[in-house]
Amino acid sequence: MNQPTHHSNRLLLPARGWFITATLALALFLNLVPLGRLPFVPDWVALMLTFWCIHQPVKVGMGTAFILGLAMDVVDASIMGQHVLAYVLLAFVGCGLSRRILWFPLLLQAAHVLPMLLTSQLVMLLARMTGGAEFPGLLWFASSFVAAALWHPLTYLLLLPQYRPVERDDNRPI
Amino acid sequence: MMSVVGHTPPPFFKRGPTPLARLTFFTTLAIILLVADLRFHTLEWARLVLATVAWPMQRVARMPVEGAEGAGQYFASLARLQQENVALRARSLATANQLLRQEHLEQENRRLRALLDMKERQPTEGRVAEILYAARDPFSRRVVIDKGLQAGIAAGQAVIDDLGVIGQVTRVFPLMAEVTLLTDKDQAIPVQVRRNGLRAVAAGAGVGGIELRFLAANAEVQVGDVLVTSGLDGLYLPGLPVARVAHIDRDNSYAFARIRCEPIAGVERHGHVLVLGSRVVPPRPEEQTAPGDKPTKGRKVKKAAR
Repeated sequence: MNQPTHHSNRLLLPARGWFITATLALALFLNLVPLGRLPFVPDWVALMLTFWCIHQPVKVGMGTAFILGLAMDVVDASIMGQHVLAYVLLAFVGCGLSRRILWFPLLLQAAHVLPMLLTSQLVMLLARMTGGAEFPGLLWFASSFVAAALWHPLTYLLLLPQYRPVERDDNRPI
Repeated sequence: MMSVVGHTPPPFFKRGPTPLARLTFFTTLAIILLVADLRFHTLEWARLVLATVAWPMQRVARMPVEGAEGAGQYFASLARLQQENVALRARSLATANQLLRQEHLEQENRRLRALLDMKERQPTEGRVAEILYAARDPFSRRVVIDKGLQAGIAAGQAVIDDLGVIGQVTRVFPLMAEVTLLTDKDQAIPVQVRRNGLRAVAAGAGVGGIELRFLAANAEVQVGDVLVTSGLDGLYLPGLPVARVAHIDRDNSYAFARIRCEPIAGVERHGHVLVLGSRVVPPRPEEQTAPGDKPTKGRKVKKAAR
Protein backbone atom coordinates (compact mmCIF):
# COMPACT_ATOMS: atom_id res chain seq x y z
CA MET A 1 0.00 0.00 0.00
CA ASN A 2 2.63 2.49 0.98
CA GLN A 3 4.74 2.49 -2.07
CA PRO A 4 7.91 4.58 -2.19
CA THR A 5 7.00 6.00 -5.52
CA HIS A 6 6.40 9.39 -7.03
CA HIS A 7 3.36 11.17 -5.86
CA SER A 8 2.28 11.68 -9.45
CA ASN A 9 3.23 8.26 -10.67
CA ARG A 10 1.50 4.94 -10.52
CA LEU A 11 3.46 1.77 -10.62
CA LEU A 12 4.41 1.54 -14.27
CA LEU A 13 5.55 -1.07 -16.71
CA PRO A 14 8.88 -0.40 -18.41
CA ALA A 15 8.72 1.94 -21.39
CA ARG A 16 9.24 0.27 -24.73
CA GLY A 17 11.96 1.55 -26.99
CA TRP A 18 9.88 1.37 -30.14
CA PHE A 19 7.08 3.36 -28.52
CA ILE A 20 9.47 6.17 -27.61
CA THR A 21 10.88 6.18 -31.15
CA ALA A 22 7.40 6.13 -32.63
CA THR A 23 6.20 9.08 -30.54
CA LEU A 24 9.28 11.10 -31.37
CA ALA A 25 8.79 10.33 -35.08
CA LEU A 26 5.14 11.34 -34.77
CA ALA A 27 6.19 14.63 -33.18
CA LEU A 28 8.59 15.28 -36.06
CA PHE A 29 5.77 14.50 -38.48
CA LEU A 30 3.42 16.92 -36.68
CA ASN A 31 6.07 19.61 -36.95
CA LEU A 32 6.20 18.99 -40.69
CA VAL A 33 2.53 19.90 -41.17
CA PRO A 34 2.78 23.21 -43.01
CA LEU A 35 0.83 25.70 -40.95
CA GLY A 36 3.07 28.59 -41.91
CA ARG A 37 3.66 31.23 -39.30
CA LEU A 38 0.58 30.40 -37.28
CA PRO A 39 1.19 31.28 -33.63
CA PHE A 40 0.07 29.05 -30.75
CA VAL A 41 1.20 25.89 -32.53
CA PRO A 42 3.50 24.09 -30.10
CA ASP A 43 6.87 22.72 -31.08
CA TRP A 44 5.87 19.07 -30.80
CA VAL A 45 9.40 17.75 -31.00
CA ALA A 46 10.59 19.94 -28.13
CA LEU A 47 7.61 18.92 -26.03
CA MET A 48 7.97 15.20 -26.72
CA LEU A 49 11.70 15.33 -26.16
CA THR A 50 11.22 17.06 -22.80
CA PHE A 51 8.65 14.46 -21.82
CA TRP A 52 10.89 11.48 -22.54
CA CYS A 53 13.97 13.15 -21.07
CA ILE A 54 12.09 13.63 -17.82
CA HIS A 55 10.46 10.21 -17.78
CA GLN A 56 13.24 8.10 -19.32
CA PRO A 57 16.53 9.93 -18.78
CA VAL A 58 18.50 6.74 -19.34
CA LYS A 59 17.02 6.01 -22.75
CA VAL A 60 16.51 9.48 -24.18
CA GLY A 61 19.17 12.12 -23.78
CA MET A 62 21.35 14.62 -25.54
CA GLY A 63 22.25 12.25 -28.40
CA THR A 64 18.58 11.89 -29.35
CA ALA A 65 18.17 15.65 -28.98
CA PHE A 66 21.08 16.21 -31.36
CA ILE A 67 19.59 14.01 -34.08
CA LEU A 68 16.11 15.51 -33.70
CA GLY A 69 17.55 19.02 -33.79
CA LEU A 70 19.39 18.26 -37.00
CA ALA A 71 16.19 16.90 -38.58
CA MET A 72 14.24 20.00 -37.51
CA ASP A 73 16.90 22.33 -38.91
CA VAL A 74 16.58 20.73 -42.30
CA VAL A 75 12.81 20.57 -42.57
CA ASP A 76 12.36 23.99 -40.99
CA ALA A 77 14.64 25.68 -43.54
CA SER A 78 16.40 27.43 -40.69
CA ILE A 79 20.08 27.80 -39.90
CA MET A 80 21.85 24.49 -39.27
CA GLY A 81 22.55 24.10 -35.56
CA GLN A 82 19.78 26.35 -34.29
CA HIS A 83 17.43 23.59 -33.16
CA VAL A 84 20.36 21.32 -32.31
CA LEU A 85 21.66 23.79 -29.73
CA ALA A 86 18.24 24.44 -28.21
CA TYR A 87 17.26 20.76 -28.01
CA VAL A 88 20.58 19.63 -26.54
CA LEU A 89 20.24 22.21 -23.77
CA LEU A 90 16.63 21.16 -23.26
CA ALA A 91 17.66 17.51 -22.94
CA PHE A 92 20.45 18.37 -20.51
CA VAL A 93 18.12 20.27 -18.20
CA GLY A 94 15.35 17.69 -18.61
CA CYS A 95 17.56 14.72 -17.75
CA GLY A 96 19.20 16.61 -14.91
CA LEU A 97 15.95 17.68 -13.29
CA SER A 98 13.95 14.52 -13.99
CA ARG A 99 14.30 13.12 -10.48
CA ARG A 100 13.10 16.39 -9.00
CA ILE A 101 10.29 17.15 -11.41
CA LEU A 102 8.60 13.75 -11.21
CA TRP A 103 7.79 14.24 -7.53
CA PHE A 104 5.48 17.13 -8.28
CA PRO A 105 1.84 16.90 -9.29
CA LEU A 106 1.20 17.37 -13.00
CA LEU A 107 0.34 21.05 -12.87
CA LEU A 108 3.56 21.88 -11.06
CA GLN A 109 5.42 19.67 -13.52
CA ALA A 110 4.03 21.84 -16.30
CA ALA A 111 5.24 24.88 -14.36
CA HIS A 112 8.73 23.38 -14.50
CA VAL A 113 8.48 22.55 -18.18
CA LEU A 114 7.34 26.03 -19.24
CA PRO A 115 10.57 27.87 -18.34
CA MET A 116 12.56 25.06 -19.94
CA LEU A 117 10.71 25.45 -23.24
CA LEU A 118 10.91 29.24 -23.06
CA THR A 119 14.66 29.04 -22.49
CA SER A 120 15.08 26.80 -25.53
CA GLN A 121 13.16 29.36 -27.61
CA LEU A 122 15.35 32.10 -26.18
CA VAL A 123 18.45 30.15 -27.23
CA MET A 124 17.09 29.89 -30.78
CA LEU A 125 16.29 33.62 -30.74
CA LEU A 126 19.83 34.49 -29.63
CA ALA A 127 21.36 32.18 -32.22
CA ARG A 128 19.34 33.81 -35.01
CA MET A 129 19.56 37.41 -33.86
CA THR A 130 23.37 37.20 -33.81
CA GLY A 131 23.04 36.08 -37.43
CA GLY A 132 21.05 39.23 -38.18
CA ALA A 133 17.55 37.81 -38.46
CA GLU A 134 14.42 39.78 -37.68
CA PHE A 135 12.60 39.52 -34.35
CA PRO A 136 9.61 37.24 -34.84
CA GLY A 137 7.38 39.05 -32.36
CA LEU A 138 6.37 38.20 -28.83
CA LEU A 139 3.49 36.03 -30.02
CA TRP A 140 6.06 33.48 -31.09
CA PHE A 141 6.66 32.61 -27.43
CA ALA A 142 2.99 31.69 -27.07
CA SER A 143 3.73 28.25 -28.48
CA SER A 144 5.65 27.35 -25.31
CA PHE A 145 2.65 28.26 -23.16
CA VAL A 146 0.41 26.06 -25.29
CA ALA A 147 2.93 23.23 -25.02
CA ALA A 148 3.07 23.56 -21.23
CA ALA A 149 -0.73 23.51 -21.10
CA LEU A 150 -0.64 20.24 -23.04
CA TRP A 151 1.63 18.60 -20.45
CA HIS A 152 -1.25 17.25 -18.38
CA PRO A 153 -3.14 15.40 -21.16
CA LEU A 154 0.12 14.35 -22.81
CA THR A 155 1.35 12.62 -19.66
CA TYR A 156 -1.79 10.48 -19.48
CA LEU A 157 -1.66 9.73 -23.18
CA LEU A 158 1.98 8.74 -23.34
CA LEU A 159 2.02 6.72 -20.13
CA LEU A 160 -1.07 4.78 -21.19
CA PRO A 161 0.88 1.80 -22.58
CA GLN A 162 2.82 1.56 -19.34
CA TYR A 163 -0.14 1.31 -16.97
CA ARG A 164 -0.67 -2.12 -15.42
CA PRO A 165 -4.04 -3.73 -15.65
CA VAL A 166 -5.79 -3.42 -12.32
CA GLU A 167 -5.89 -6.86 -10.76
CA ARG A 168 -6.88 -7.32 -7.21
CA ASP A 169 -4.78 -9.75 -5.23
CA ASP A 170 -5.23 -9.47 -1.49
CA ASN A 171 -2.28 -11.76 -0.75
CA ARG A 172 0.23 -9.59 -2.58
CA PRO A 173 2.31 -7.43 -0.23
CA ILE A 174 2.14 -4.33 -2.39
CA MET B 1 18.13 6.87 -10.66
CA MET B 2 14.52 6.24 -9.70
CA SER B 3 12.72 7.44 -12.76
CA VAL B 4 10.63 4.32 -12.90
CA VAL B 5 10.80 2.37 -9.72
CA GLY B 6 11.65 -1.25 -9.97
CA HIS B 7 12.48 -1.48 -13.64
CA THR B 8 15.71 -1.31 -15.61
CA PRO B 9 18.32 -1.40 -12.88
CA PRO B 10 20.43 1.69 -13.19
CA PRO B 11 23.79 1.06 -14.82
CA PHE B 12 25.96 1.77 -11.80
CA PHE B 13 29.38 1.43 -13.31
CA LYS B 14 29.29 1.99 -17.06
CA ARG B 15 27.49 5.25 -17.56
CA GLY B 16 29.67 6.85 -20.16
CA PRO B 17 30.86 10.44 -19.93
CA THR B 18 29.29 12.75 -17.37
CA PRO B 19 26.29 14.83 -18.48
CA LEU B 20 28.37 18.00 -18.35
CA ALA B 21 31.01 16.50 -20.63
CA ARG B 22 28.31 15.33 -23.03
CA LEU B 23 26.67 18.77 -22.95
CA THR B 24 29.97 20.45 -23.77
CA PHE B 25 30.58 18.05 -26.64
CA PHE B 26 27.14 18.46 -28.23
CA THR B 27 27.00 22.21 -27.66
CA THR B 28 30.37 22.67 -29.30
CA LEU B 29 29.22 20.59 -32.25
CA ALA B 30 26.03 22.65 -32.54
CA ILE B 31 27.94 25.93 -32.43
CA ILE B 32 30.34 24.66 -35.10
CA LEU B 33 27.30 23.85 -37.25
CA LEU B 34 25.84 27.31 -36.63
CA VAL B 35 29.02 29.09 -37.58
CA ALA B 36 29.58 26.86 -40.61
CA ASP B 37 26.11 27.67 -41.90
CA LEU B 38 25.84 31.33 -40.90
CA ARG B 39 29.31 32.52 -41.83
CA PHE B 40 30.59 30.16 -44.48
CA HIS B 41 27.39 28.69 -46.01
CA THR B 42 29.15 25.33 -46.36
CA LEU B 43 26.28 23.05 -45.42
CA GLU B 44 24.01 23.52 -48.45
CA TRP B 45 24.93 20.12 -49.90
CA ALA B 46 24.08 18.36 -46.63
CA ARG B 47 20.78 20.22 -46.53
CA LEU B 48 20.01 19.21 -50.11
CA VAL B 49 20.59 15.52 -49.36
CA LEU B 50 18.63 15.52 -46.11
CA ALA B 51 15.77 17.52 -47.59
CA THR B 52 15.48 15.08 -50.47
CA VAL B 53 15.26 12.21 -48.00
CA ALA B 54 12.64 14.07 -45.97
CA TRP B 55 10.56 15.04 -49.01
CA PRO B 56 8.11 12.08 -48.99
CA MET B 57 7.40 12.65 -45.31
CA GLN B 58 6.82 16.32 -45.97
CA ARG B 59 4.49 15.43 -48.81
CA VAL B 60 2.42 13.21 -46.54
CA ALA B 61 2.38 15.83 -43.78
CA ARG B 62 0.97 18.33 -46.26
CA MET B 63 -2.00 16.13 -47.05
CA PRO B 64 -4.29 17.11 -44.15
CA VAL B 65 -3.79 20.80 -44.87
CA GLU B 66 -4.36 20.26 -48.57
CA GLY B 67 -7.46 18.23 -47.80
CA ALA B 68 -8.88 21.01 -45.66
CA GLU B 69 -8.15 23.57 -48.37
CA GLY B 70 -9.70 21.35 -51.01
CA ALA B 71 -12.85 20.91 -48.94
CA GLY B 72 -13.02 24.67 -48.45
CA GLN B 73 -12.75 25.26 -52.18
CA TYR B 74 -15.34 22.61 -52.91
CA PHE B 75 -17.84 24.42 -50.77
CA ALA B 76 -16.99 27.83 -52.17
CA SER B 77 -20.25 29.30 -53.24
CA LEU B 78 -21.20 29.37 -56.90
CA ALA B 79 -22.05 33.04 -56.63
CA ARG B 80 -18.54 33.95 -55.56
CA LEU B 81 -17.01 32.02 -58.43
CA GLN B 82 -19.33 33.69 -60.91
CA GLN B 83 -18.43 37.08 -59.50
CA GLU B 84 -14.75 36.27 -59.81
CA ASN B 85 -15.30 35.11 -63.37
CA VAL B 86 -16.99 38.35 -64.32
CA ALA B 87 -14.23 40.39 -62.73
CA LEU B 88 -11.55 38.39 -64.51
CA ARG B 89 -13.31 38.78 -67.86
CA ALA B 90 -13.51 42.53 -67.36
CA ARG B 91 -9.86 42.69 -66.49
CA SER B 92 -8.73 40.61 -69.43
CA LEU B 93 -10.76 42.86 -71.72
CA ALA B 94 -9.22 45.94 -70.17
CA THR B 95 -5.71 44.63 -70.70
CA ALA B 96 -6.44 43.17 -74.12
CA ASN B 97 -5.57 46.44 -75.78
CA GLN B 98 -2.08 46.43 -74.32
CA LEU B 99 -1.57 42.72 -74.85
CA LEU B 100 -2.64 42.80 -78.49
CA ARG B 101 -0.32 45.63 -79.26
CA GLN B 102 2.59 44.26 -77.27
CA GLU B 103 3.94 42.07 -80.03
CA HIS B 104 3.79 44.95 -82.43
CA LEU B 105 5.56 47.18 -79.94
CA GLU B 106 8.20 44.58 -79.21
CA GLN B 107 8.99 44.25 -82.90
CA GLU B 108 9.12 47.96 -83.30
CA ASN B 109 11.37 48.20 -80.26
CA ARG B 110 13.71 45.58 -81.68
CA ARG B 111 13.91 47.38 -85.01
CA LEU B 112 14.55 50.72 -83.36
CA ARG B 113 17.20 49.25 -81.10
CA ALA B 114 18.87 47.66 -84.08
CA LEU B 115 18.76 50.99 -85.78
CA LEU B 116 20.36 52.68 -82.82
CA ASP B 117 22.88 49.84 -82.50
CA MET B 118 21.82 49.07 -78.93
CA LYS B 119 21.77 45.69 -77.23
CA GLU B 120 18.50 43.83 -77.67
CA ARG B 121 16.30 43.31 -74.70
CA GLN B 122 16.18 39.71 -73.68
CA PRO B 123 13.08 37.69 -74.29
CA THR B 124 12.05 35.90 -71.13
CA GLU B 125 10.23 32.75 -70.43
CA GLY B 126 8.70 31.84 -67.15
CA ARG B 127 7.40 28.81 -65.34
CA VAL B 128 4.18 28.91 -63.42
CA ALA B 129 4.54 27.52 -59.91
CA GLU B 130 2.25 27.31 -56.96
CA ILE B 131 3.14 28.52 -53.48
CA LEU B 132 2.73 25.47 -51.27
CA TYR B 133 3.20 26.99 -47.86
CA ALA B 134 5.15 29.55 -45.90
CA ALA B 135 8.30 28.14 -44.33
CA ARG B 136 7.89 27.45 -40.63
CA ASP B 137 11.00 29.39 -39.68
CA PRO B 138 9.67 32.47 -37.85
CA PHE B 139 12.89 34.43 -38.29
CA SER B 140 12.73 34.84 -42.04
CA ARG B 141 10.12 35.40 -44.74
CA ARG B 142 10.23 32.50 -47.13
CA VAL B 143 7.73 30.44 -49.06
CA VAL B 144 8.06 27.06 -50.71
CA ILE B 145 6.94 26.55 -54.31
CA ASP B 146 6.11 23.28 -56.03
CA LYS B 147 8.73 23.41 -58.80
CA GLY B 148 12.37 22.55 -58.32
CA LEU B 149 15.52 21.41 -60.07
CA GLN B 150 13.54 19.04 -62.25
CA ALA B 151 11.51 21.90 -63.70
CA GLY B 152 14.64 23.89 -64.40
CA ILE B 153 14.39 26.26 -61.47
CA ALA B 154 17.73 27.64 -60.33
CA ALA B 155 18.76 29.69 -57.37
CA GLY B 156 18.78 33.40 -58.10
CA GLN B 157 15.79 33.48 -60.44
CA ALA B 158 13.23 36.19 -59.89
CA VAL B 159 9.68 35.30 -58.86
CA ILE B 160 6.75 37.53 -59.83
CA ASP B 161 2.99 37.45 -59.57
CA ASP B 162 0.44 39.30 -61.68
CA LEU B 163 1.29 42.66 -60.07
CA GLY B 164 5.03 42.68 -59.57
CA VAL B 165 8.07 41.10 -58.01
CA ILE B 166 7.53 39.00 -54.90
CA GLY B 167 11.01 37.62 -54.32
CA GLN B 168 13.85 35.47 -55.45
CA VAL B 169 14.58 31.73 -55.48
CA THR B 170 17.25 31.15 -52.86
CA ARG B 171 17.40 27.39 -52.44
CA VAL B 172 16.47 24.65 -54.88
CA PHE B 173 15.57 21.07 -54.07
CA PRO B 174 14.74 18.41 -56.67
CA LEU B 175 10.97 18.86 -56.42
CA MET B 176 10.52 22.18 -54.72
CA ALA B 177 12.27 25.47 -54.18
CA GLU B 178 12.49 28.09 -51.48
CA VAL B 179 11.65 31.67 -52.39
CA THR B 180 12.86 34.46 -50.14
CA LEU B 181 10.26 37.22 -50.14
CA LEU B 182 11.11 40.89 -50.66
CA THR B 183 10.07 41.62 -47.09
CA ASP B 184 12.80 39.39 -45.66
CA LYS B 185 15.41 41.42 -43.82
CA ASP B 186 18.29 39.93 -45.79
CA GLN B 187 16.72 40.35 -49.21
CA ALA B 188 17.87 43.36 -51.22
CA ILE B 189 16.78 44.36 -54.71
CA PRO B 190 18.18 47.14 -56.91
CA VAL B 191 15.41 49.50 -57.95
CA GLN B 192 14.86 52.82 -59.60
CA VAL B 193 12.14 55.37 -59.19
CA ARG B 194 9.95 55.14 -62.27
CA ARG B 195 9.22 58.88 -62.29
CA ASN B 196 12.80 60.12 -62.52
CA GLY B 197 15.04 57.08 -62.83
CA LEU B 198 16.75 57.57 -59.46
CA ARG B 199 18.59 54.37 -58.59
CA ALA B 200 18.59 52.87 -55.12
CA VAL B 201 18.60 49.61 -53.22
CA ALA B 202 15.43 48.39 -51.55
CA ALA B 203 15.66 45.87 -48.74
CA GLY B 204 13.13 44.07 -46.60
CA ALA B 205 12.20 45.80 -43.37
CA GLY B 206 10.66 42.87 -41.53
CA VAL B 207 7.01 43.36 -40.73
CA GLY B 208 5.59 43.17 -44.25
CA GLY B 209 7.38 46.28 -45.52
CA ILE B 210 10.32 47.34 -47.63
CA GLU B 211 12.67 50.26 -47.11
CA LEU B 212 14.89 52.25 -49.40
CA ARG B 213 18.36 52.24 -47.95
CA PHE B 214 21.24 54.69 -48.26
CA LEU B 215 19.44 57.53 -49.98
CA ALA B 216 20.49 61.03 -48.97
CA ALA B 217 18.04 63.02 -46.83
CA ASN B 218 17.32 65.34 -49.74
CA ALA B 219 16.93 62.61 -52.35
CA GLU B 220 14.22 63.25 -54.86
CA VAL B 221 11.62 60.74 -53.78
CA GLN B 222 7.97 61.46 -53.13
CA VAL B 223 5.25 59.56 -51.38
CA GLY B 224 3.41 57.52 -54.00
CA ASP B 225 6.42 57.00 -56.25
CA VAL B 226 6.53 53.61 -57.90
CA LEU B 227 9.79 51.69 -57.67
CA VAL B 228 10.69 49.32 -60.49
CA THR B 229 13.63 46.98 -60.86
CA SER B 230 16.62 48.67 -62.44
CA GLY B 231 18.09 45.49 -63.89
CA LEU B 232 21.60 46.50 -62.89
CA ASP B 233 22.16 43.31 -60.92
CA GLY B 234 21.85 41.06 -63.93
CA LEU B 235 19.21 38.96 -62.17
CA TYR B 236 15.95 40.87 -62.33
CA LEU B 237 14.66 42.12 -65.63
CA PRO B 238 14.41 45.90 -65.70
CA GLY B 239 11.02 47.52 -65.27
CA LEU B 240 9.20 45.09 -63.01
CA PRO B 241 7.13 46.92 -60.39
CA VAL B 242 8.44 46.36 -56.88
CA ALA B 243 6.97 48.78 -54.36
CA ARG B 244 5.24 52.08 -53.77
CA VAL B 245 6.71 54.67 -51.43
CA ALA B 246 4.46 54.99 -48.41
CA HIS B 247 6.25 57.19 -45.93
CA ILE B 248 9.34 59.40 -45.97
CA ASP B 249 11.11 60.59 -42.85
CA ARG B 250 13.69 63.25 -43.72
CA ASP B 251 15.45 63.85 -40.45
CA ASN B 252 18.56 65.95 -40.98
CA SER B 253 20.26 64.48 -37.95
CA TYR B 254 20.68 61.27 -39.91
CA ALA B 255 22.77 60.99 -43.04
CA PHE B 256 20.09 59.05 -44.87
CA ALA B 257 16.38 59.48 -45.31
CA ARG B 258 14.17 56.78 -43.90
CA ILE B 259 11.85 55.72 -46.68
CA ARG B 260 9.27 53.04 -46.07
CA CYS B 261 7.58 51.38 -49.02
CA GLU B 262 4.81 48.90 -49.46
CA PRO B 263 5.23 46.03 -51.90
CA ILE B 264 2.99 46.23 -54.96
CA ALA B 265 2.73 42.48 -55.52
CA GLY B 266 0.89 40.22 -53.12
CA VAL B 267 4.09 39.34 -51.31
CA GLU B 268 2.52 37.87 -48.21
CA ARG B 269 -0.38 36.21 -49.99
CA HIS B 270 -0.57 32.75 -51.45
CA GLY B 271 -1.39 31.60 -54.93
CA HIS B 272 0.30 31.08 -58.26
CA VAL B 273 3.53 32.78 -59.20
CA LEU B 274 5.75 32.96 -62.24
CA VAL B 275 9.42 32.04 -61.93
CA LEU B 276 11.31 33.98 -64.58
CA GLY B 277 14.15 32.27 -66.40
CA SER B 278 17.72 33.22 -65.63
CA ARG B 279 19.08 36.24 -67.39
CA VAL B 280 22.24 35.93 -69.37
CA VAL B 281 24.39 38.67 -67.96
CA PRO B 282 26.30 40.65 -70.55
CA PRO B 283 30.04 40.33 -69.93
CA ARG B 284 31.49 43.04 -67.77
CA PRO B 285 34.02 45.36 -69.33
CA GLU B 286 37.49 44.16 -68.46
CA GLU B 287 39.00 45.89 -65.51
CA GLN B 288 42.38 47.40 -65.97
CA THR B 289 44.39 45.73 -63.26
CA ALA B 290 47.02 47.94 -61.81
CA PRO B 291 50.35 46.16 -61.33
CA GLY B 292 50.74 44.97 -57.77
CA ASP B 293 46.96 44.84 -57.28
CA LYS B 294 46.94 41.06 -57.00
CA PRO B 295 50.34 39.44 -56.56
CA THR B 296 49.87 36.50 -58.95
CA LYS B 297 48.19 38.52 -61.65
CA GLY B 298 50.71 41.30 -61.41
CA ARG B 299 53.57 38.90 -61.97
CA LYS B 300 51.86 37.48 -65.03
CA VAL B 301 51.34 40.94 -66.44
CA LYS B 302 54.98 41.75 -65.89
CA LYS B 303 56.07 38.55 -67.58
CA ALA B 304 53.85 39.30 -70.51
CA ALA B 305 55.29 42.80 -70.72
CA ARG B 306 58.79 41.44 -70.92
